[in-house]
Amino acid sequence: MAATPLPLVGAPSPARPEPDAGRYPAQPLHHLDALWIQVAGTLCNLACTHCFVSCGPGDLRHPLMSRGEVRDRVAEALALGVKEIYFTGGEPFMHPEMLEILADTLPRVPCAVLTNGTLFTQRRLETLRALSDASRCALEIRVSLDGYRAEDHDRFRGEGSFARTLDGLRRLSDHGLLPIVTVTQNGDEDPLAFRARYITMLREAGVARPRLKVLPMFLLGRETARTRGYLEIETLLDLPAASFDPDRLQCGGCRAVTAKGVFVCPLLVDEPGGRMGGRLDETLGPFPLAHGACYTCYVTGMTCANG
Amino acid sequence: MSHRLALFGGVYSNHLALRAVLEDVERRGAGAVWCLGDLGGFGPHPDRALEILRSSGVPALRGNYDDSIGHGRGDCACGYTDPRDNHFAQLSYDYTAARTAADHKRWMAALPEQQRLEIGGRRVLLCHGSPRRVNEFLWESACSDAFLEWLCEAHGADIVACTHTGIHWHRALPSGRHVVNVGAIGRPANDGRTEVWYAELAVNDAVSVEFHPVAYDHDELAREMEAEALPPEFVETTRTGWWTTCLENVPAPERRRGRH
Repeated sequence: MAATPLPLVGAPSPARPEPDAGRYPAQPLHHLDALWIQVAGTLCNLACTHCFVSCGPGDLRHPLMSRGEVRDRVAEALALGVKEIYFTGGEPFMHPEMLEILADTLPRVPCAVLTNGTLFTQRRLETLRALSDASRCALEIRVSLDGYRAEDHDRFRGEGSFARTLDGLRRLSDHGLLPIVTVTQNGDEDPLAFRARYITMLREAGVARPRLKVLPMFLLGRETARTRGYLEIETLLDLPAASFDPDRLQCGGCRAVTAKGVFVCPLLVDEPGGRMGGRLDETLGPFPLAHGACYTCYVTGMTCANG
Repeated sequence: MSHRLALFGGVYSNHLALRAVLEDVERRGAGAVWCLGDLGGFGPHPDRALEILRSSGVPALRGNYDDSIGHGRGDCACGYTDPRDNHFAQLSYDYTAARTAADHKRWMAALPEQQRLEIGGRRVLLCHGSPRRVNEFLWESACSDAFLEWLCEAHGADIVACTHTGIHWHRALPSGRHVVNVGAIGRPANDGRTEVWYAELAVNDAVSVEFHPVAYDHDELAREMEAEALPPEFVETTRTGWWTTCLENVPAPERRRGRH
């Protein structure tokens, strides 16, 4: 079924009124394909100006998850037939046991780690490659980049971070880990030209076989101060049931966990209404798509997942 | 008693490989043969493969490509997310859609999406992408055992056979169930070899899966592709065995085994 096209708008933003859950489309969970584990909580070595969960140094609003806690969550997810696990933060490599957690998890289920790429020591890279080689499950390393020029990226992420991230990408590539570079596109540039520009830059920087994933920007967290939040008009409120396509959204196939519980998706871990329960099996019901971010996902058809 | 079933998919208009595969199947004497869909795309002269397949009497499933071509949709619905992958997919789709006879389109539109068989007391489910979605990519490295067990359980199957990704693999699950991706016969398996691959499933007390490489006149196919002005990137794949396009949703381990 085709989704009803919805307008994308841009202007300043008022706060959203309390949602009336019954008037929003209810997204069923078809199956738990992906479990997002916010392993490093909100702890990060950077404080990016567009971070949708406002992470930063010393930020423990969502605390680090222990190795045992992660093991229990993975076991819960495997019992539900999970296909793949995504580790995120914060910065996952701020977690002192990240490699041990991967060693626990990767033998049983494909894993992706979303990182800013600035914390790769030689030992970490060698261990990651060894873990990848030892498992038949894929290990994907995803590195965020916010521009193909240092000045663009550093404006979001801080002086010098572009060079450090590129260095991390080059070293991942040298270790054959084939990182996926995650970029955000907001302008109207032709997608092929946009892609080609990044690929050229990455190749010139020594990243052999660069892979790219393009995401839209979400008006959440620190990004709301940098640009704006969602407008009232950016909503799925009263979307006619006949127009709603329940296969379009990633929350039809995912949940996210932090030390604070189970959330509908990795985007809404800090948002009112995003928390669905304490255990995964409590969160298998439908979710009302009441948030502005739900609007972005629905309109763009985006997914945080690799594919 | 042993039951043997030959399974192939991803023909991608490769009429020369299709003929060679059918001969190989005949020579090996499998009891039954199925094609798991995606008859067009990538290669030249789509009607040639369709005529060979239809006259062979081999039953076929409707892959996403066949569904799109058969119903006159705007794209192949392969499920790519990368703009370059979609660019090449669209070139191929437009070429194929313009050169597929109306009769073949009607035939494709009417093919079943899945087929259930009972072989040696086991429930076999033949599908294109996955039992739940025609264009789902089931890559070996991207599927946990837990997921594949759930997929079999949820769809009432002891053995699931699929294609769609173009790279063959087989997993015997802890429960005794099996998932087989039969690979593709239309283009090589990104392994630097010019042969294409199909699967032979044998069911008796146990289940075994063998993958057979099939050589064909790939140079002739490459010349036909060039004569039809298909993208040089596709021709390179046919000549070298390395994928050059539709790479962005290939997981790291499978991609690492390739060149690009």
